[in-house]
Amino acid sequence: MKGWWWKLLSVVLLLYVVIVGLGTPLGPALVHASIDRIAPGPISLEATGYNTHFAANTPEVWLENDGQRVCATDVKVLSDVQFSADFNVPEGFRTNLTSLWAWDAADGQVVLREAFFTQGLGTGIAQDDCVVSDAARTSFAFPNRSILNETIRNLFFHVPMWFTMMVLMTIAFWQSLLVLRSGDLVADGKALSAVDVSLLFAALGLITGSIWARATWGGWWTSDPKLNGAAVTVLIYAAYLILRGSVPDPHKRARLAAIYNIFAYVLMMVFIMVLPRLTDSLHPGSGGNPAFNQYDLDSTLRAVFYPAVMGWILLGIWAYTLHQRTARLRSIYDEANDR
Amino acid sequence: MRTAEIAHLLKLEWQLDRRQKHAWGSMALYVVSTIYVCYQGVRHLFDIPIWNALFWIILLFAAFNALGRSFQRENTGRQLYLYTLASPRSVVLARTIYNGITMGVLSLLSLGAYALFIGSSPMNDARLDIFLLVVIVGGIGFALVLTLISALAARAGNGVGLMAILGFPIVLPMLLSVMKASKLALDGLGWDITGKYVLWLVLIDLITVALAWLLFPYLWRD
Repeated sequence: MKGWWWKLLSVVLLLYVVIVGLGTPLGPALVHASIDRIAPGPISLEATGYNTHFAANTPEVWLENDGQRVCATDVKVLSDVQFSADFNVPEGFRTNLTSLWAWDAADGQVVLREAFFTQGLGTGIAQDDCVVSDAARTSFAFPNRSILNETIRNLFFHVPMWFTMMVLMTIAFWQSLLVLRSGDLVADGKALSAVDVSLLFAALGLITGSIWARATWGGWWTSDPKLNGAAVTVLIYAAYLILRGSVPDPHKRARLAAIYNIFAYVLMMVFIMVLPRLTDSLHPGSGGNPAFNQYDLDSTLRAVFYPAVMGWILLGIWAYTLHQRTARLRSIYDEANDR
Repeated sequence: MRTAEIAHLLKLEWQLDRRQKHAWGSMALYVVSTIYVCYQGVRHLFDIPIWNALFWIILLFAAFNALGRSFQRENTGRQLYLYTLASPRSVVLARTIYNGITMGVLSLLSLGAYALFIGSSPMNDARLDIFLLVVIVGGIGFALVLTLISALAARAGNGVGLMAILGFPIVLPMLLSVMKASKLALDGLGWDITGKYVLWLVLIDLITVALAWLLFPYLWRD
């Protein structure tokens, strides 16, 4: 059978997304230090890493404040993810926030930014000869960002859900235009199927987004232009289904539903595209918040994200064609059996 | 020619409403009694965000009430007769313009009654010129969006209930931006900040009119 290759492609892509997207480890990072303030004089601290390999490669450890470094006088490795370090903190750091850095051959540089509140400020320390390595890590891993942590993988599921929903709604919009042009009931059935499936993807987008919001922002739902846009979209298409339900005559129903769909789709698109750019938002990609692709979406994420978008969209279209074919067969069956 | 047709239809709307004075009366009464009920509940409001939000919610419901009847007052026979005389696009444009003007006036009246009962202290530091403009543009915007929805609901034969279901999600984006804009104007912020919201509201209004103009002929055809 010709023309089914894209269904196979979507399955292959999504298998790749699930395996690589969930299987790839997160990059190493420092996540915790045993103290949170430092003062001039000798100090000792323990630091905790995540996905680091300290045991096999004793790390170089240093403090950095406004570009000035102080290396550890002694480093003891406790485990793969833990080391203790001693410093002789000099007087005279310029800013009151100091970062903790470490480097080892397997992990490259890892940092706990603004880890310590710093006392004994001055006009800068006398720079000692603290030379550090900066060879990057070579392993394939996703970026490890504070707050996001492991949830960064949700990028491959949450974002493509909305893309797929948009594609399906555009299909519904197009079929509605055809309905108005020709009064074709088959096109009306296609529009309905596209809306049904797009609502499924909207629900999945809401669920994945809600879980993500809980993990990163601390709440299941926040009042936010992007989230309002999503809610409005779902309400509009729910209203579309109710409008269909309240008109018994199929031709009239097709026309009224098409008119509402076109009206709602255009206004919704304008709303979703414009409004988040007008107001502040926690959500990436709006209100001055960068979207992932500006600096977060590095090449390792891209290698999974683009196939994920492609795979989910193809799967959505596949679901739409199946839904529409079963609906058509059912109506033919009902007619034949005179129901 | 088309403008003459629209002018005639506007005049027709005006005369119909003058003959049925209870239509205006019911709109005004609806707003005033809603505001009075709110007054019984909250007395005076001094908090700007709440004052602002309550005003827009009242105006939103007033708009639904006022426009729900827009396509329902004529019986089918007269509607048919009207459509044999005029082009459907003229009908929808005339009615949109008429509803826009009605809602513009109604929103100013509502603001007056609202300030009288609920208190006008939030307007003390406001940029009144911008605030009034937002109120008028917002009221007109509600009218424009809801005119087509009203026609659609009337056509589906399921009256005001369906209109609320179809209308709310579509009007919601406009409500959010209009609330934001008027809140900024009440805070006394100038054009440089409020301007883009007003511009955006005008843009939605224009898009809505364009869509109504494009889609109405299909709605009218049976």
